[in-house]
Amino acid sequence: MKIVVCVKQVPDTAAKVVVEDGQVTWGDAPLVINPWDEYAVETALLQQEAHGGDVTVISVGGEDAKEAVKHALAMGCDSAILISDPAFENADSLITSQVLAAAIEKMGDVDLAFFGRQAIDGDVGATAAQTARGLGWPAFTLVSAISGLDPDAGTIQVERSLEEGRQVVDGKLPAIVSVVKDIGEPRYPSFMGIRKASRAEIPIWSQADLSLEVANPAVTWPEITNPPKREIVTEILSGDSPKEIAETLVEKILEEQVL
Amino acid sequence: MEFTLNEEHRMVQKMVRGFAQNEIGPIIKEFDRKGEMAPFILPRMAELGILGICLPVRYGGQGMDYVSLGLACEELEAVDSTLRVVMSVHMGLNSMALLQWGTPEQKERFLIPQARGERIGCFGLTEPGAGSDVAGIASTARRKNDQYILNGEKMWISLATKADHALIVVRTDPDAPDPHDGLTAFIVELDRAGIKKGDIHGKLGVRAGSTGWLSFQDVEVPTENRIGQEGEGFKIAMSCLDNGRYTVAAGATGLIRASLEASVKYAKERQAFGREIGKFQLVQQKIAHMVKSYEAARLLYLRAGWMKNEGMRNTRETSLAKWFATDASFEAASEAIQIHGAYGYSDEYDVERYLRNAKGAIIYEGTSEIHQLMQAGYALEYRQDVHLRCELPVYDAEFWHND
Repeated sequence: MKIVVCVKQVPDTAAKVVVEDGQVTWGDAPLVINPWDEYAVETALLQQEAHGGDVTVISVGGEDAKEAVKHALAMGCDSAILISDPAFENADSLITSQVLAAAIEKMGDVDLAFFGRQAIDGDVGATAAQTARGLGWPAFTLVSAISGLDPDAGTIQVERSLEEGRQVVDGKLPAIVSVVKDIGEPRYPSFMGIRKASRAEIPIWSQADLSLEVANPAVTWPEITNPPKREIVTEILSGDSPKEIAETLVEKILEEQVL
Repeated sequence: MEFTLNEEHRMVQKMVRGFAQNEIGPIIKEFDRKGEMAPFILPRMAELGILGICLPVRYGGQGMDYVSLGLACEELEAVDSTLRVVMSVHMGLNSMALLQWGTPEQKERFLIPQARGERIGCFGLTEPGAGSDVAGIASTARRKNDQYILNGEKMWISLATKADHALIVVRTDPDAPDPHDGLTAFIVELDRAGIKKGDIHGKLGVRAGSTGWLSFQDVEVPTENRIGQEGEGFKIAMSCLDNGRYTVAAGATGLIRASLEASVKYAKERQAFGREIGKFQLVQQKIAHMVKSYEAARLLYLRAGWMKNEGMRNTRETSLAKWFATDASFEAASEAIQIHGAYGYSDEYDVERYLRNAKGAIIYEGTSEIHQLMQAGYALEYRQDVHLRCELPVYDAEFWHND
C-alpha cells in the first residue's frame, strides 16, 4: 500500500496569537505539527502496520514547515516531501488542495491519503474534501474508525462521527480520509525515529516540479484585527429580601437593555 | 560557543515532556497520597525507550547522547521526582557503570536487558551504618572457589523491590590498610537465594516512588558477576556517582522550573489588595530568584553532559551542578509555597510535593555538605581526580547507532 499523510505546521496551541500592525503573530512560540494531523499520522501508521507498504508525509509551507514533517517522520513515517514555493504563500484551502492533489498525482499509485479534520490556525476544515474533488477520489471525512480495509480488493469501510450519530460508509480505493480524535491517541515519536528525522534530507518540490498553474486565492484576509477588549464591571446587588434583590436585578437588566 | 539545543535534543525534550505531562501528570497526586509507585510507569518507560535512552543501539539502547539523558531527566522531574529517580538508579548508577566497566559478557548478560527495559537495575552503596562515609561499608563478599559469598544489608535503595539487578559495593578485603581499597563491586540478580528486600514507608518525599532495603545472607554469586577488579569498588562507586549525580542535577533543574512555572501562574491569578500578586515586588523577587536558579542550574548540568559526550572527566563539574541545583530546587519550592500562601501548604496544589521531593536529593548521591568539601578541595588543590582504568566511553554517534 502506498499511503500519504498530509500535515500542516501551525502555532502551538499554548501560544498567544495576536494581531500586530495588521499581521498575525505568536511571538517566538514554536510552530508545531497541527494537533489534528497527529491523529492522521497515527491512522496512517496503523494501516501500514496492518497491511504493509510505506507512508509518506507531505506538507505545503515555508522552510519552517520542516518541523511538522520531521515530527511525523519521528513518529514513524518512511519519507517526507515538503512543497514550498513563494507562489503558495497566501494559498487558501482551495489552492492548498490543488497543490496537494498535484503532489499526490506526481507520486503516483497512492492508495490512501490521510488528513486531520482541520488545521487549528485557519480552522477551515475543507482541504481534505477539496483535495478529493481535485483528484476525483471519494472523500471520507470526520472518520472515527477504519473498520475495514482490503488493499487487494481495493475497498475500504469507515465509521464517520456525525452530530446525528455514527455512519458506516463503504467505498473504493484510492480515497481521501480525514480523521477525528476518536480514531485513537497518536503515539510519541520514538528515539530511533527522532534520530532518523533529525538526519533526514527532505526533498522540496516547487511549483515547477508540480507543473501547476495557480490562480489567485479566492479567499483572502484583507484586514485582521484583535477582538475588542471586553470591559467587565462587577456589581453586587444588595437588599433586605431576595424579592427586593430580584426586583433590583430586573430593573438593572431592563436598564442595560440586555433583554 | 553554541548555546542552542540541536534538533534531536529538542525532539527528545518534547517527547519526554509529552509522556510525563500526559500520562503521569494526571495521576501523580493520587499515587503520592497513597505512597505507591504507579505500576505502569516502569513498563511504559521501557516501551518508550526512555530506560535505554543514552546507551548504544548495539547494547539494546536508543543511541542518544548524554545530553539527551539530562534533558529527559529535567522533563521527568518537572512532573515528579520519582520518574527521574528511576533514571538515576537504573541508568546513571547502574547501566552506565556496566557501559563503563562491564566486560563484553557482562554487557551481554546485564546491560542489554536493562537497556531494553526488560530488566530493571538499582544501586546499593549506602548501608544502615554507612552513608557519606563509604569506607565504613560493612557488607562483605568472601571468595570461595569460583564464587563469592555475600553478607550484609543495603539501605535507602531506590527501586529495591522493583529491580531485577543490583550493582552493589561490598568489602572483600577487611585487612586493607586503606579501607577504601578493600571494596569490590558486583552486579547481583535479586532472585538469588538468601536475598530479602522490602520497602521503606513514612518518607518525607518521593512517596510515589519505591525506596527500600536489600539484605544478603550467604548469597552465592559467581565471579563473573564481579565488576572490575577486587579492590576497585570505591573507584567504581565514585564513577557511578559522576553519572547518577548528573541525572539528579538535571532533574532538580526541572523541579526549579516546575516551581517557577507554578509560581508565575499563581501570581497572575491570585488577587490581593486589589491587584494580582505578581505586581508586588516581594513576590517578583522570589520569582526572579527562581529564574536565576533555573538558568544557572541548566547551564551547569548541560556543561557536565557536554563534557561526558566529549569524554572529559567531569567529577568536579557534575558535583557542582548537583550541589547547586538540589539546594536551589529546595529554595525554589519553599518560595513557591510562600507565593501560594495557605493553598501552597495543602496538596491541592503541587508545590508542597515539590518541597518534600526536593529534600531527598540534598541528602542522596552526596549530601550538599560533601559537595562543598569537594568544591573546596578542588579549589585548594587538596583534591585531585584519580585515574580510572575504564573511563565512560566518549559519545561517538557512529558507534552508538550501528548494530
